[in-house]
Amino acid sequence: MSDNNRILLFTVAMTFTVALVLGLLFFGLKDKHAENEAVFNKRAILAAVGNYLPTPVDDLSKQQVLDIFNESITSTVIKEDGTEVAGVEADKVQLAKEKKKPESDRNYPLYIYNDGKEDFYILSVYGNGLWDAIWGNIALKGDGATIAGASFDHKGETPGLGAEIKDNKKWSAQFADKRIYEFNGNYTSVIVRKGGAKDPVYEVDGISGATVTANGVSEMLRTGIAKYSTYLEKIQLETPKIKAPADGKMGMLLN
Amino acid sequence: MAEATATQEAVQVKPKSEPLFGKKERALITDPLLDNNPITIQVLGICSALAVTTLVVPSVVMSIAVVAVIAFSSLFTSLLRNSIPKQIRLIVQLVIIAFLVTVVELVLKWLAFPVYKQLSVFIGLIITNCIVMGRLEAFAMANKPWRSLMDGIGNGLGYGAILILVAVIREFFGKGTLFAGSSLAMNFIGPGEEYMLNTTATAGIGSYFSWYANNNLMVLPAAAMFIIGIMIWIQRSYNPKLVDIS
Repeated sequence: MSDNNRILLFTVAMTFTVALVLGLLFFGLKDKHAENEAVFNKRAILAAVGNYLPTPVDDLSKQQVLDIFNESITSTVIKEDGTEVAGVEADKVQLAKEKKKPESDRNYPLYIYNDGKEDFYILSVYGNGLWDAIWGNIALKGDGATIAGASFDHKGETPGLGAEIKDNKKWSAQFADKRIYEFNGNYTSVIVRKGGAKDPVYEVDGISGATVTANGVSEMLRTGIAKYSTYLEKIQLETPKIKAPADGKMGMLLN
Repeated sequence: MAEATATQEAVQVKPKSEPLFGKKERALITDPLLDNNPITIQVLGICSALAVTTLVVPSVVMSIAVVAVIAFSSLFTSLLRNSIPKQIRLIVQLVIIAFLVTVVELVLKWLAFPVYKQLSVFIGLIITNCIVMGRLEAFAMANKPWRSLMDGIGNGLGYGAILILVAVIREFFGKGTLFAGSSLAMNFIGPGEEYMLNTTATAGIGSYFSWYANNNLMVLPAAAMFIIGIMIWIQRSYNPKLVDIS
C-alpha cells in the first residue's frame, strides 16, 4: 500500500471510530444532560425564594427541586403589556433570544411560587456585566412591590470581583425586603450603590472592585423588571395597599 | 515545546521483560512531581494554572480531568505509535486529546453539572494544554503503553499538585476559606463573605482572625503568576541542578 493510501485509510478509520464513540456517548447521556440543565436552572429560580423554602436551596436534592417545582410553582409567559401568552412554556423562553425580537413580540417567563401562605412572583432578568452577559431571578412578595429574594448568574465575570454577584450569597441576600416601587406607586427599581447603600429601601451595597458589574446589575434590574411592570401593577391593585410607616423610617425617597 | 521536553527525556530502550512497578516506572510517576515538574520546571500549562486556581474545588476537578486526559491519551498514542503515519502524527495526537477532552466534558456534565458550569471553557482548553501534547510527542510516541500510562499519570499529578497548592494559597489568603463551594467548606481567616461589601458590615462569626482583610490581589490571575514564580525560584535555589544554564 502506498504511503498516501495508508494515511487516508488511517484518517478515515480514526475519524469514523472517534465520531461513532462520541456520537453514542452524546446520545446516551443526552437525557441526563438535559435533566441536569433543567435542575440547575430550576435551582437558580428557587434560590430567589430561598428564604421561604422549607430547606436551604443548596441542600435540596435533584428530586426535591423537581418536586417543589411540580407542587408549588405555576409558570406562565407574559408580554410587556401584561397579557399572558398561551402555548409557550416558561422554561423554554430564553431572554437572550427574546432580545433579538421586536419589543412587542418578546416573551417574559414568570414563575409563581406558593409557600402555602403567600404567592411569590419570580421574574427573570437579563443584562450585561463587564465582560459578558449576566442574568438573574428576582422574587417579589405577594404585594408585587417588595423583593423576597434574588439570585444572579453570569457568563464570564472576573472571579472574586464581578463573579461575586453569584458566589457571594451575602451580597444577593441584601435584596430581600427592598422595594422596587415607591409607596405612591412609582416604579423605582433597586440600585446597587458604589460605596454602600445610602437608602435602606431602594439601594443595596456595591462590590469592591466590581463597579461595572454592579452598574450592570442596576441597569438589568431597572430595565428588566420594568418589562413586568404592567403585570405587577395589576397585582398591586388587587392586593390591599401597604401604608408607609408614619415615622418615615422606611427611607428618604419616601413621599 | 516538544524539543525542550524531548531533550530532557532519554528515550528508553529495554527489550527484556520488565516489572510492573520497577524503579523506572516509579521514577516516571515521581519525577514529574518535583524535579521534572511540568509547571515549575518545564513551565508548561501555565494558562490554565493561572485561570482556575482561585478556588480549591474547581482546581481539584481540573486536576482530575487533566490526569485522565494525559494518562489515556498517552496510553492510546502509545498503543497506536507504530501504526500512526509519521506525516500526520501531530494531527492524530490532537484528535486523541480532543476526543478524550470531549469525553471528560460529557461525563462532567453528567456527574458534576455545577462544577462543569464553573469550569466551562477551561475543560475545553485542556486540548491546548501544552503538557498533554508535549508528553505524547516526547514520550508516548517512543515508549511502550504501560510506561506511557505511568508517564501520563505522573505528569498529570505533577500538574495537579501545583494547581492545588496554588489554589490553596490563593483561596486561603484571597477569600479566607478553603474548599468553598463544597460540603467541606471552611472559613479560616477574615470576615467571611461580607468582606466584599463596601460597607461597615460587622465581621462574620466562626472565623478566627476577623481583623484580617482578605487580599483581593490573590483572586486575580496575577497572583497565580507571582505564586508560581516564587515556587520556581524556591525550587531552583534549593536544587541548583535544575537551573537552566542555556
